[in-house]
Amino acid sequence: MEKPLLSVRNLTLDIPVGGGTLHAVRGIDFDLKRGETLCIVGESGSGKSLTSLALMGLLGKTIKRSADEMSFDGTDLTRANARTMRSLRGGRMAMIFQEPMTSLNPAYTIGDQLTEALLLHKPVGKEAARARAIELLEKVGITAAASRLSQYPHQLSGGLRQRVMIAMALMCEPELIIADEPTTALDVTIQAQILRLLYDLGREMNMAMILITHDLGVVARVADKVAVMYAGELVETGSATEVFNSPSHPYTRGLLRCIPLPGKTERGSTLGTIPGIVPSLIGDVAGCAFRTRCPHATPACRGDIPRHTAEGHAFRCVHPDGKRHAEEATA
Amino acid sequence: MTQTDMTDPLLQEITGPTPGQMLRKRVFGHQGLLIGSIVVGLLLLVAIFAPLLAPHDPYAQSLMTRMNPPVFLGGSWDHPLGTDHLGRDYLSRLIYGARVSLMIGLIAALISGVIGTAMGVAAGYFGGRVDMVVTFLINVRLAMPVVLVALAVVAILGGSLQVVIMVLGFLLWDRFAVVMRASTLQVRGREYVAAARAIGASTPRVILSEIMPNIANNLIVVVTLEMAHAILLEAALSFLGLGVQPPTPSWGLMVSEGKNMMLFEPWMVLIPGAVLFVLVLAINLMGDGLRDVTAPENRS
Amino acid sequence: MTTATAKAPQAETAAPVLELRGVTKTYRVKQGLFGTPRPLTAVNDVSLSLPRGEVLGLVGESGCGKSTLAKILLGLESPTAGQVLVDGQEIGAQDRMTLARRIQPIFQDPYSSLNPRKSIFDIVSLPLRVHRIGDHASWQKEVRKILDIVGLPARVMNTFPSQMSGGQRQRVAIARALIMKPEIVICDEPTSALDVSVQSQILNLLGDLRREFGLTYLFISHDLAVVEHLATRVAVMYLGRIVEEAEVGGLFDHARHPYTQALLKSVLTPEPGLGVPDTQLGMAYPNPIDPPSGCHFHPRCPKATEFCKTTAPRALPTPLGHVECHLHDPDGPMYIAKEG
Repeated sequence: MEKPLLSVRNLTLDIPVGGGTLHAVRGIDFDLKRGETLCIVGESGSGKSLTSLALMGLLGKTIKRSADEMSFDGTDLTRANARTMRSLRGGRMAMIFQEPMTSLNPAYTIGDQLTEALLLHKPVGKEAARARAIELLEKVGITAAASRLSQYPHQLSGGLRQRVMIAMALMCEPELIIADEPTTALDVTIQAQILRLLYDLGREMNMAMILITHDLGVVARVADKVAVMYAGELVETGSATEVFNSPSHPYTRGLLRCIPLPGKTERGSTLGTIPGIVPSLIGDVAGCAFRTRCPHATPACRGDIPRHTAEGHAFRCVHPDGKRHAEEATA
Repeated sequence: MTQTDMTDPLLQEITGPTPGQMLRKRVFGHQGLLIGSIVVGLLLLVAIFAPLLAPHDPYAQSLMTRMNPPVFLGGSWDHPLGTDHLGRDYLSRLIYGARVSLMIGLIAALISGVIGTAMGVAAGYFGGRVDMVVTFLINVRLAMPVVLVALAVVAILGGSLQVVIMVLGFLLWDRFAVVMRASTLQVRGREYVAAARAIGASTPRVILSEIMPNIANNLIVVVTLEMAHAILLEAALSFLGLGVQPPTPSWGLMVSEGKNMMLFEPWMVLIPGAVLFVLVLAINLMGDGLRDVTAPENRS
Repeated sequence: MTTATAKAPQAETAAPVLELRGVTKTYRVKQGLFGTPRPLTAVNDVSLSLPRGEVLGLVGESGCGKSTLAKILLGLESPTAGQVLVDGQEIGAQDRMTLARRIQPIFQDPYSSLNPRKSIFDIVSLPLRVHRIGDHASWQKEVRKILDIVGLPARVMNTFPSQMSGGQRQRVAIARALIMKPEIVICDEPTSALDVSVQSQILNLLGDLRREFGLTYLFISHDLAVVEHLATRVAVMYLGRIVEEAEVGGLFDHARHPYTQALLKSVLTPEPGLGVPDTQLGMAYPNPIDPPSGCHFHPRCPKATEFCKTTAPRALPTPLGHVECHLHDPDGPMYIAKEG
């Protein structure tokens, strides 16, 4: 069997806050092979962005990170020093952020920013870097690429800036791309184009990709694997088909019921909701964090939660089928 | 159908503290702000209760006890900080001098604050022509050297406490205008301002109840900084003989009067200088502290 | 499904509660420090009519002029040309206070739409205080009542926005908009800043309120799935013009304009295995200062011809709305005989 490119076991992030410790990410596991796309989906405060920053080694100093394993192609990321991380970042791992305006430096031209990482990480000359920049800008669908190199970020539209960000991430031919809500700030039409581009490039260059999003539609269309995150835990993981066709954790089903499906949901009907609010993760968090909002909660939910696995589809719930069949029967 | 157990530890109330509680917490966690405010507060009390605190009449001259050294240089407890070249009690003059410095600082900051805030808020809120005129006036004002203009005006009108206050009040509004214009611009774009306008609220109401509370923190910071600025300028003008006129006790004037003896009796310059230094430092600490404790809310 | 229109008398439903006639808004924009100001037409000759109790979904990309249109309706901007009529009366002729009682907004960002220095009671009661309706005791009562309607406990009255979640804040914003019982509510992307599970709560609330109070909504959104769910009519805006308008079923089932078709294609439903659709739109949204000649949409249109570059299409009536596209002009050279 092919060895995964990225392996994470029991990743935990604790943030000291006034009055205790915020357990932002609590023991998550996942594997990612080359050419695979993993979507981490969750609502705000679920810890999905922190997870991506932890992988890149970009967490703030106050956040405590611990993991049984966190390895990238044989490199142990938990022990890697600042220098190793720097050479990985931008070289073999790249990140795309949500807000292209704030992640591009307004004081430098597109060309300078594109070639910077390459000149830093690879032994290439200025001319070669420039040629590569033009090649990639064309690849991400930017016309008149050569003339764009001398432009500044504010001269480009939001969609173009996000394309530049993608080109920048691709400059060093990374093996892993982490994209944190790459299309949230964009219009729907541009969103579809950017996602197509990412998807095609991932296939073409055999890149592994972690896409972090709150949009289930994006997840369903792009992901090979899905990880549903709630309150710092991966409550359900599996292939996109499995997770969407037989959603087993009550939270996953709750989320899917919240969004209207054109053509399927009756117009003007009442949408499903998840009552209650995300719990506080300060102090001791035991049991299933979703129990305060779950229609199937029982006293057992406060104890240890078993993990049910079948052919790569896993979820954590005290009910053996997450009460999926019971819900389907009443629906 | 949901069986929610209300004693569940995960269900603890998540609603946080009120903005007031958060502010209180930050204020009491900020050392610079606390130290600065305590020093300024003490000096304010000294100024208010000067007649009760001063051991002697600050104007009473006594040629028999001229230039007595302070206690720590071997003087007597009768004049703890010694006496000046006319035999006046130095401590009493310092205490009364605090009145002059603080009064000038407060009133000048108040006058320039009213002028600058009105201009800045108007420019930021209305934009367009109003903004152009205000920006032009700010530029004109910034092109004028404060000390030279103050010198010229005082030289023409003659130096007195009132003249110094008015001159400083009408010269120091520039920073108020700049800061208030920028803060207003920032807040004006918020949706709650649009919501208030859509409700039908009048322009004065929108400015006073929606915009002002949200820029007041910046205003307070500028007030403190300009107070310190005015106090220093008064001292400079008095030192040059164009500010407060003798025999009124003023710290700048005391430095000026002591400077002739500086080589032989350096304490005559150092004591008022040190007090001036402490006051300005305390006000600046307070201003910086206020900026720190009020800034986090701007970000959220 | 019962709607508010069902209980209202027939005569009233026929008369539009909101009508726009040729509304145009032009700004003068200066480019660079010494550039001469050039006109930017944000809203270009828009005519719409909205019957009482309906929900008009307004969709389009950012920069298409939908927010400017909302500001005009709220009286925050005045149109350069054209008329806006509420209940048959032009809003230019009404004073702001009267307008405010009839049209109220709900904004996108619940973090910016509530004054952080005011308590929830102050925020929700502001309309009553501005309009000098009642006294302190009645304000208390009214605020309590409206908070209950939007699903908030009365104890939040003394809390501040920073203590609330995004969904709770949006409920406060809705309470503020509804406390004076307006006829029309302009919802400008009311759920796009919210989490999925909260979004559905707010959408349900908006639907319930509409049925209960017979409200009329202008619902601005970029999320077509949400628009399809809530709206009864949909208008598609492109570069300041309404390029297609229709009853919701008609628009989603038989989109006529190529732009509408592209928008519908770009909706990503949570159905695995379908892949990311190809919208076939050229990428860049044009600069509104330099709108393309002829049909504004032609540079991005997969069906554009030379004719589209030179001639602007006219508004063509469809069974329940209109469309602006040469493909549907029976007198034009590009007419496609029968669609769908």
